[in-house]
Amino acid sequence: MRILIVGGGTGGTILGNNLARRLAAELRSGKSKITMLSASDRHMYQPGLLYLAVGRMTPDELYRDQAGLLEPGIEFHVDPVEEFHLDQNQVRGKSGKTWDYDIIVIATGSRIVPETIPGLAENAETFYTEETALKMFKRLQRFDGGRVVITVGVPHKCPMAPMEITFLLHDYFKDRGILDKVKMHYTYPIGRMHSLENVAKWVQPEYDRLGITYETLFNMKEVDGANKVLKSEEGSDTPFDLLIAIPAHRGQEVIEKSGLGKGGWVPTHRQRLNVEGHDNAFVIGDTTNLPISKAGSTAHYQAEALGENIAAMVKLGTPVRDYDGKVFCFIEAGKDRATYAMFDYQNPPDPQPPSRAIHWSKLAYNKLYWASARGLL
Amino acid sequence: MAERRMIDARGSFCPGPLMELIAGMKLASVGDELEVLSTDKGSVADIPQWISKVGHEFVESREENGVWHITVKKTK
Repeated sequence: MRILIVGGGTGGTILGNNLARRLAAELRSGKSKITMLSASDRHMYQPGLLYLAVGRMTPDELYRDQAGLLEPGIEFHVDPVEEFHLDQNQVRGKSGKTWDYDIIVIATGSRIVPETIPGLAENAETFYTEETALKMFKRLQRFDGGRVVITVGVPHKCPMAPMEITFLLHDYFKDRGILDKVKMHYTYPIGRMHSLENVAKWVQPEYDRLGITYETLFNMKEVDGANKVLKSEEGSDTPFDLLIAIPAHRGQEVIEKSGLGKGGWVPTHRQRLNVEGHDNAFVIGDTTNLPISKAGSTAHYQAEALGENIAAMVKLGTPVRDYDGKVFCFIEAGKDRATYAMFDYQNPPDPQPPSRAIHWSKLAYNKLYWASARGLL
Repeated sequence: MAERRMIDARGSFCPGPLMELIAGMKLASVGDELEVLSTDKGSVADIPQWISKVGHEFVESREENGVWHITVKKTK
């Protein structure tokens, strides 16, 4: 059985290692083969970008060598896929090589598309790439006060990032002694402060306590850079001196170009995680069109469920379990407090008051992530 | 040519049905109808509220076996 994993991010890496352990005997005997194709020979811990943007991490802390994270039985190649041909059980890489498979897993992730909002890329700071996070930090260092607007596009990766960057910026300005010269304003696309109702109920009094103002039902339409005004689809304007954006995301271009899904999101069965209409093609992580959070933990739990199922398909000829929609997200509530949200398709989250202990757990996880990617956690 | 698309947001706590609809609207063309499936009763109020504020068209809302089907039309 030839298993092809396209994408070497959180989901692809955890899945590959999970499968390599479950299929160790089959890999040794040559009955199974696991191949991973990725766009990079490096693996980034993406949540670290949040800390990079406020000077609490450095770029070298974000990366590990991808091959070094993988079980020895996995064949790894840097060859980003440029064409998917699911009906022929083939993909074509940038190298020109055709890769055949019996089972394929698509885990190509998502990307920011600030260019879809006129003026946003030119006038806003973002933190979803190493380059932009560093640029944001350098901008923050030069910032001496004024109105800071944090604005949120849809859909976006890491649902807690808008609140986390707001809390971290508050503490950054406080530590620099310029908080009294800063007015922070937060906008959110729907009619409350966060998509999770219980999180929204928690965050609103926190913002009130910190003097952070907010506007809900605010979806970015365009940025007037000359006048430093952000305009919304709903018809309101908000002025800014410093604009921090969580831009809208899309899946990778190759997904849409291959006809696998509008916007780069692949129609996916919510429990079995197969590409709709294909029994031997699966999707995990940001790439799915599922109505759940685009987050590393989502990819992690999906990878564990799918690893068990693909191993069972090899050994029994059939999958054995469903993915239940599980997501777990830490929520940094400043530089020294945090809470978390855990939920699935059936059960909403119930976040507890932030504490130092949960913050320390998050800091520990920033290091333990590498064990998680190896499939050890 | 206008299309009719379904957004299956049943069981979605995060990002939730309205956020799924906003994302779907961005990928839709003028004239397309989008039917949101939601198990959150709050969608019956918050989706029409947003549609009205932005200026799209609310088509209908109905409930079947605990699932709300809310249909809207992209008008601009």
